[in-house]
Amino acid sequence: MDFDFLGQTLLLLLGGVPLLLQLAFFSIAAGAVFAVLLALMRLSGNPVLDHAARSYVFVFRGTPLLVQIFLIYYGLGQFPEIRQSFVWPFLRQPYWCALLALTLNTAAYSSEIIRGGILSVPFGQIEAGRACGMSRSLIFRRITVPQGLRVALPAYGNEIILMTRSTALASVITLMEVTGIASKIISETFRAVEVFVCAGAIYLILNFAISRGIALLERRLSPQTRERAAPAGVPEPAR
Amino acid sequence: MTLAAPNQPAISGRNLRKRFGNLEVLKGISLDAHEGDVISILGASGSGKSTLLRCINLLEIPDEGEVVVAGETIALSTGRSGRREPVDRAQVDRIRMQVAMVFQNFNLWSHMTVIENVIEAPVHVQKRPRAMAVEEAEALLEKVGIADKRDSYPAHLSGGQQQRAAIARALAMHPRVMLFDEPTSALDPELVGEVLRVMRTLAAEGRTMLVVTHETGFAREVSNRVVFLNQGVIEEEGKPADVFAAPKSERLRQFLSGHLRA
Repeated sequence: MDFDFLGQTLLLLLGGVPLLLQLAFFSIAAGAVFAVLLALMRLSGNPVLDHAARSYVFVFRGTPLLVQIFLIYYGLGQFPEIRQSFVWPFLRQPYWCALLALTLNTAAYSSEIIRGGILSVPFGQIEAGRACGMSRSLIFRRITVPQGLRVALPAYGNEIILMTRSTALASVITLMEVTGIASKIISETFRAVEVFVCAGAIYLILNFAISRGIALLERRLSPQTRERAAPAGVPEPAR
Repeated sequence: MTLAAPNQPAISGRNLRKRFGNLEVLKGISLDAHEGDVISILGASGSGKSTLLRCINLLEIPDEGEVVVAGETIALSTGRSGRREPVDRAQVDRIRMQVAMVFQNFNLWSHMTVIENVIEAPVHVQKRPRAMAVEEAEALLEKVGIADKRDSYPAHLSGGQQQRAAIARALAMHPRVMLFDEPTSALDPELVGEVLRVMRTLAAEGRTMLVVTHETGFAREVSNRVVFLNQGVIEEEGKPADVFAAPKSERLRQFLSGHLRA
């Protein structure tokens, strides 16, 4: 083992972490806002909004993220209307294209997770709110969101981890995040295994931290299940 | 809480009709409850008892007829979709504060402790100061006998305790009328008594109550009026002594004998 090389590679790769985190953080944050909107459209009962959201999810969940990145980076520039509009200074840069593709992609997946969370709230509890004279928005804020969030969190945690790893795809449009730097080092040294082991280790550590954070949040948000020995449905040991 | 004029019902449903698809569940029911009335609503399952109660606080919108609470008629109109809906949601929300509901399945908010459940509507809907709401909620929990469960979550309570917490939650809004939708039907037999005891206390305090129930004992002893529903119409109504001792309709006779045998 060439520990010197491993150490140097690791240091070089760590230089890509800030960009990786930036891409992940901003795409997840913007994607979440968009996802809530999509979920509410699906649940609105308005056929036009519902159908629009459905189609959106169908397209972005049904095509590879890599293809979406390519289409946005190479495709959008083909339209003179876009090249002449105010978005062009952004969309000509790979950074914004990657961010846009990641955001649109995670919004599609997250909207379904959020919709599931909202639907998981027992209808009786919504009715109890109505019977107390609570308005729709108050019920949503006080009953639906806190309960739906708990149900959605494990699946949403998955999505956060997936997105963190998906930022690696940004390297194909020249972004020098961890995977981008790794490819560059490999093309100079031809030592693919060592370099990718280092890159993999970085993703592993990041996602370990993220999953711990989510587990902590889950615990904080669910006091009513914390003090119970076993979750409902799990048989208790014989006494 | 202002008292209604003595001759004016606290709440009334007039000519209520409701259909679900092809099934007409309520076929024109009128029912008045005056201040202090305890009305038991009996009937076989499918007779429309629960639907009647749910129409009265507009959890279901009646297809025809109207609901009047203390002289205020809830405005309903036929919307663009062809369905009837409230004209003013704020009016419905305001009226619902005066008409508390206790559900068969308790429907406590599972992410809140018992005390949080009880103060939720007073603090967030009626905008009462939190400290006051908490103090009052503690008194209510004492009254229904679960003061020690103040900080427990609903999942850690027995059915009877959950239902008593739900009754405390309903009381916390200072309702003019309380609706009970089969409040003991989801309980184990040995837990029914503790809930009925609380309901007896409320009746003795002179609260206006509409109770859909299968507990003929409760209906006979506690209520001052019994309404028997059959296939969406009021088949018979009257004082419990008369209705139970000498039922006029054949259906009610059958219903009561079935219950006595059970």
